Amino acid sequence: MSIDLKTIKHISKLSRISVDEKRAEKLAGDLNSIFDFIEKLNELKTDKVEPLTSVAETTLKLRPDEVKSKNIREQIVKNSPQDNKDYFVVPKVIE
Amino acid sequence: MSDITKQSLTELIENIKNKKLSSTEVTKAFIDRSEKSKKLNAYITEDFTSALNKAKKFDQKPNFDLKLSGIPMAVKDLFCTRDIKTTAGSKILNNFVPTYESTVTENIWNEGAILLGKLNCDEFAMGSSNETSFFGNVQNPIDKNLVPGGSSGGSASAVAGQLTPITIGTDTGGSIRQPASFTGTVGLKPTYGSCSRYGIVAFASSLDQAGPMAQNVKDCALLQEVISTYDPKDSTSIDFKRNQYSKELSNNIKGKKIGIPKEYRVDGMPKEIEDLWLKGIQFVKDCGAETIDISLPHTTYALPTYYIVAPAEASSNLARYDGVKYGFRAKGENLIDMYEKTRSEGFGTEVQRRIMIGTYVLSSGYYDAYYLKAQKVRKLIKNDFDEAYKKVDAILTPSTPSSAFRIGEKTNDPVSMYLNDIFTVPVNLAGLPGISIPAGHDSKGYPLGLQIIGKAFDEQNILNIAFAMEEKINFKNKITDWWIK
Repeated sequence: MSIDLKTIKHISKLSRISVDEKRAEKLAGDLNSIFDFIEKLNELKTDKVEPLTSVAETTLKLRPDEVKSKNIREQIVKNSPQDNKDYFVVPKVIE
Repeated sequence: MSDITKQSLTELIENIKNKKLSSTEVTKAFIDRSEKSKKLNAYITEDFTSALNKAKKFDQKPNFDLKLSGIPMAVKDLFCTRDIKTTAGSKILNNFVPTYESTVTENIWNEGAILLGKLNCDEFAMGSSNETSFFGNVQNPIDKNLVPGGSSGGSASAVAGQLTPITIGTDTGGSIRQPASFTGTVGLKPTYGSCSRYGIVAFASSLDQAGPMAQNVKDCALLQEVISTYDPKDSTSIDFKRNQYSKELSNNIKGKKIGIPKEYRVDGMPKEIEDLWLKGIQFVKDCGAETIDISLPHTTYALPTYYIVAPAEASSNLARYDGVKYGFRAKGENLIDMYEKTRSEGFGTEVQRRIMIGTYVLSSGYYDAYYLKAQKVRKLIKNDFDEAYKKVDAILTPSTPSSAFRIGEKTNDPVSMYLNDIFTVPVNLAGLPGISIPAGHDSKGYPLGLQIIGKAFDEQNILNIAFAMEEKINFKNKITDWWIK
């Protein structure tokens, strides 16, 4: 298998990470060597194996749906990259 | 009292309780040494002024009933600390000041400990050498220009260099045990579900665990006792009966059955590691335990499995860093452009690489071939351990396939860097506890570690085995203070 530049562009778009031409080439090389290494898994027949989704063999606990944190708006917006007391500000979305 | 920083946690606690030392004296000693140790680059954020104030306050009204009364300590910068910057070693969180505290650190402060500062680590804990940190390399106190291991590299360097008496790290694929091994310190990765993940910057949620790092096994046991609690805020936290690990610590391991897995004898492993392992086998026998040859046949598939599962979970976890609610934001022409530039400028190379791998293996058309396949192999790896534990109580292996390497030696070849974690990754995939203890030196005088892997929730047992072995090994770390002039 080989990951080409077109695939890198596609993954970069899905990941929302902009990548220029030079980085894309380097990434293609790195990812190909990593996937060559990963291909080893194909040696194993796993048709009848159940996938492991959690190592903790417990069922999730239920809890009452209660409000525990009140009046923390200030705390929530405190780390906002663009200052505003009430909202998160982003570049204009609607024309 | 001289050489305060050379004392173990247990000694410091004793001396503070007996009023031979004040918390202020102890805190000041570690601050002074940390100030003289800037070359190690172990800290990202120092909180020394506040630490001294807290120590003075403790001395004015001491409470000696706590487990860590008046003890100063620094923690990995992956734990959210209220009102103290928490970066995860990344530019994207360079200005992030949490408004809440992680459960693990909350437990530590509740037992009377005092925060010294936040320790360097690989960016988002992704790395095995601490070279991916936005805040630069960390030096290993063992020798100049030697990596301390990773991702908890700052933590390991700070404990080995006596900048902090104890610390905590996190371990997703070996990030506590590998740096412990590289720096001649003790590091425990607890059972998945033992320590709460609440407030820890997430990397791979099905693998991440916090754990203690210390100069010796007893200190490690005590810290584990403090940090391991059931926490409703983490849905994967497990409600089981936890031991008083330090009080119940025993060097009596007579009759214990220790498994020696033949698959850990890998190609190209230096003879020094093989010899160390044989020495370890002899030590457990000398302690009255029995060794049994076992097989963990899918060991060789653990790393490829890990490099699907961990990046997949990371790509999902790290989707939250988009420049909107917190962290770094780059200027963009529109919303999408802002996202893409923020993530491109805010994440380092290794993190971007792993997000891309994760995005690819989860993308349409590839999910079954990669992610589902990896989950199935993960099951086989766990089955191997389940099978082995029908015959043995614990498993003994080397911690790493080599001693610490030079800064820059492996940065251009991601796969060779990943191979560092070959002996530690299977333990995370199976959710088991594992401890690395220093067991000897190689020809260059660099420390080498042995790993003891336990059954799930059997931390007490591996701590006991480590405790018994520690006595026999009588390891002395060779710290020359080369960085202090």
